[in-house]
Amino acid sequence: MTTTRSMPVGTGSPGRASIAARTLRKDNWWRAPLVTFILLAAWVIYATVRVFFQSAYFAPSEHYLSPFYSPCVTSSCQNGSAELGTWFGHFPIIIPYAIITLPFLLGFRLSCYYYRKAYYRAFWLSPPACAVAEPHGSYSGETRFPLIVQNAHRYFWMVAALISILNTWDLIQAFRPEGHAFGFGLGTFVMLVNVAMLWLYTLGCHSCRHITAGRLNHFSKHPVRYRAWTWVSWMNARHMQFAWASLATLALTDGYIALVAAKIIVDPHVSF
Amino acid sequence: MTYDAHFRVWRGDADGGDLQDFTVEVNEGEVVLDIIHRLQATQANDLAVRWNCKAGKCGSCSAEINGRPRLMCMTRMSNFTEDETVTVTPMRTFPVMKDLVTDVSFNYVKAEQIPAFAPPEGVAPGEYRMAQVDVQRSQEFRKCIECFMCQNVCHVIRDHEENKEAFAGPRFFIRAAELDMHPLDAGTDRAEFARDAQGVGMCNITKCCTEVCPEHIKITDNAIIPMKERVVDRRYDPLTILARKVRGKK
Repeated sequence: MTTTRSMPVGTGSPGRASIAARTLRKDNWWRAPLVTFILLAAWVIYATVRVFFQSAYFAPSEHYLSPFYSPCVTSSCQNGSAELGTWFGHFPIIIPYAIITLPFLLGFRLSCYYYRKAYYRAFWLSPPACAVAEPHGSYSGETRFPLIVQNAHRYFWMVAALISILNTWDLIQAFRPEGHAFGFGLGTFVMLVNVAMLWLYTLGCHSCRHITAGRLNHFSKHPVRYRAWTWVSWMNARHMQFAWASLATLALTDGYIALVAAKIIVDPHVSF
Repeated sequence: MTYDAHFRVWRGDADGGDLQDFTVEVNEGEVVLDIIHRLQATQANDLAVRWNCKAGKCGSCSAEINGRPRLMCMTRMSNFTEDETVTVTPMRTFPVMKDLVTDVSFNYVKAEQIPAFAPPEGVAPGEYRMAQVDVQRSQEFRKCIECFMCQNVCHVIRDHEENKEAFAGPRFFIRAAELDMHPLDAGTDRAEFARDAQGVGMCNITKCCTEVCPEHIKITDNAIIPMKERVVDRRYDPLTILARKVRGKK
């Protein structure tokens, strides 16, 4: 998208007010991109470690499956965790068990309109904050490869919606602990909150908003789609909040299930 | 409550200039434009400043206050502490004419390039009939007061002068969206126009335009991203491209 700046351009261009400072902002404009950088980097490191960890992802007696391992479709999966069956042989340690979903989830979050803002600002400093000059000499935005691929966001969204159905199925299974018709525990509640956040984030997607009815010019001719659009718009207005909340609940859910599966903590549980 | 405030105001023209220090009286309830006017009346009679309504509706007094794009008439002095230095500069994206006045003609050139509203064939002025629900999205964009602060803060042209030819800027993306979403606009394909002539693909949706809009128009979420999605419909999504062809749409 950009190259490193080598000569004064932008606000230093001829004809503009001659002000040498990169910005005259006095507030802590660097705080938001810094916090975003730290939180996103921490989450990516945690998720990377966990998807390659390949243990402590399934608690069989409670039937809790980590979202980072759903669906588990290899012969390497722990007994009872392969809800959709075994599609592949044993995976080596370099291949995540949920390889069929993780690339799409990564693509969905990477091409998300909110996360684009977050990482363009925090990682690429383009710009780091409003009215703070960026350190790049040229700029073509999302008009060229690779960033033109961001236009595929709606396809990632469609797959992510299917994966959310899968996460919902995992939640339903968590209400059916081993040897019982029905039961629930603290882990079930944690998974419930996670699935709720995932749906709120996924359905609030800008592409979903467009597909629902955003592309129409006559809402009055499509009252059902318009009603759905108003609901999606409500979620869309909170897309940033749900983006962060769902990242947090994903890590929390995985971490909780890891502790239960490793028998480090005991899940408070009721079964019938 | 009256006190003396320390102001740093940029003075100069296209050939050069600098920030000059002033101490100016401030009274309770005043805004930055009041102080600039007092400075003009008492210490710097030739200070150039563009203003009109003093009510946040004409969009004339756009400037950068402590480095942030703001309307001077809508920035209360109570936002600052009494010992704080307040820095006022012209908008840094447009050529400066004198002191706080910039040449914003770039925006009028871009406005002129947008094809006008065109009703469907056979519908004359006075015969337009639209449901409120169909025009309400476009009406949000009609709140624009053309202060051009969104244009000023957009890094695509603020930090890259060379992009001004290919990039129209957020104010004109909302104009394109307003027309493209209009139930009776049957003219140009606004999404294609936004891509080819306005450079909407250069926007990387970092939302600074939305942050500075004094009318609180959701420029990015309600105009730019929907226009990007409409461009995807026409250019990048094979399914919608096929569906449009089957239906005989362009």
